Amino acid sequence: MDADILKTAENWVAEGRRIALATVVDTWGSAPRPTGSHLVIDAEGNFEGSVSGGCVEGEVISEAIDVIESGTPKMLEFGVADETAWRVGLSCGGKIRVFVDQVS
Amino acid sequence: MEKNLLLDINTARTNRRAVILVRNLTNGEGRLIFPDGLEENDPLAAAAKARFRSGKSGREIIGEQEFFLNVDLPAPRIVVIGAVHISQALVPMVRACGFDLTIIDPRTAFATPDRFPSVELLPEWPQDVLTDEMIDKYTALVAVTHDSKIDDFALETALRRGCFYVGALGSRKTHGSRLDRLKSNGISEVQLARIDAPIGLDIGAASPAEIAVAILGQIICALRKGDDF
Repeated sequence: MDADILKTAENWVAEGRRIALATVVDTWGSAPRPTGSHLVIDAEGNFEGSVSGGCVEGEVISEAIDVIESGTPKMLEFGVADETAWRVGLSCGGKIRVFVDQVS
Repeated sequence: MEKNLLLDINTARTNRRAVILVRNLTNGEGRLIFPDGLEENDPLAAAAKARFRSGKSGREIIGEQEFFLNVDLPAPRIVVIGAVHISQALVPMVRACGFDLTIIDPRTAFATPDRFPSVELLPEWPQDVLTDEMIDKYTALVAVTHDSKIDDFALETALRRGCFYVGALGSRKTHGSRLDRLKSNGISEVQLARIDAPIGLDIGAASPAEIAVAILGQIICALRKGDDF
């Protein structure tokens, strides 16, 4: 687990920021970050950590802002096989699933 | 996820306690599992036990529900006995790898803040400061004073406490007499065989910095490829 990211998440919550936590829950093939990797995002789109080598963070951040607004968790999938379904993919040829949930 | 879970994980981490954050991916609920708080009728008990051993996070499906088990084991800590030149070279390398570091040496001429700025430095005898809290299975012990009065107690403690790595500086001859001393103190052959000596990977290291690389490489190998994790 990325403990320093969770510490950042705690600090952001203490500052009164509304945040979401994105977690890599599944990887197939050559994925850049292992399962359990975190990205913490606030309602303004500030973030710390990574769920890929920078390939899909932008998409995760915009989905996370939606999750913070709606309060409903989301499961995101990224991979080269889904290029037509998703705007972004992983150039390394892997596939990942990312769970995004708000911290309340 | 409730923010209290976040606070509890961070507290566990500060106290060097292993913990698993369980997320129910079907409904978003979360909870924590600790190794000593595992209930036998918990449907995730077997999976949690296996993951505490492997340290790997991953998915579990129980009935219709999908769970994600996010495993957090304490950060590897390196305890170095000896505030010597090799130890100085180790400081920035250990920091870059993200491991915790403590340096212990009762010789106050060696253990000075000038030589070791911004590192946890204890100018004490190992027998006075090596507590159970400091030495656990997530700890690597590196003994580099060359002085049996300082090194021996620390090595014995590390072997008894099941440190994932135990290394000692010294020639094969020095190590031979060290093994005799530890054996007469009741350390078994099996435990003695766990000491890496002469310390470090065999890369022909010559300078203190190169020896530090060899030691750190050996510690990483024990951590990532060893039997203990």
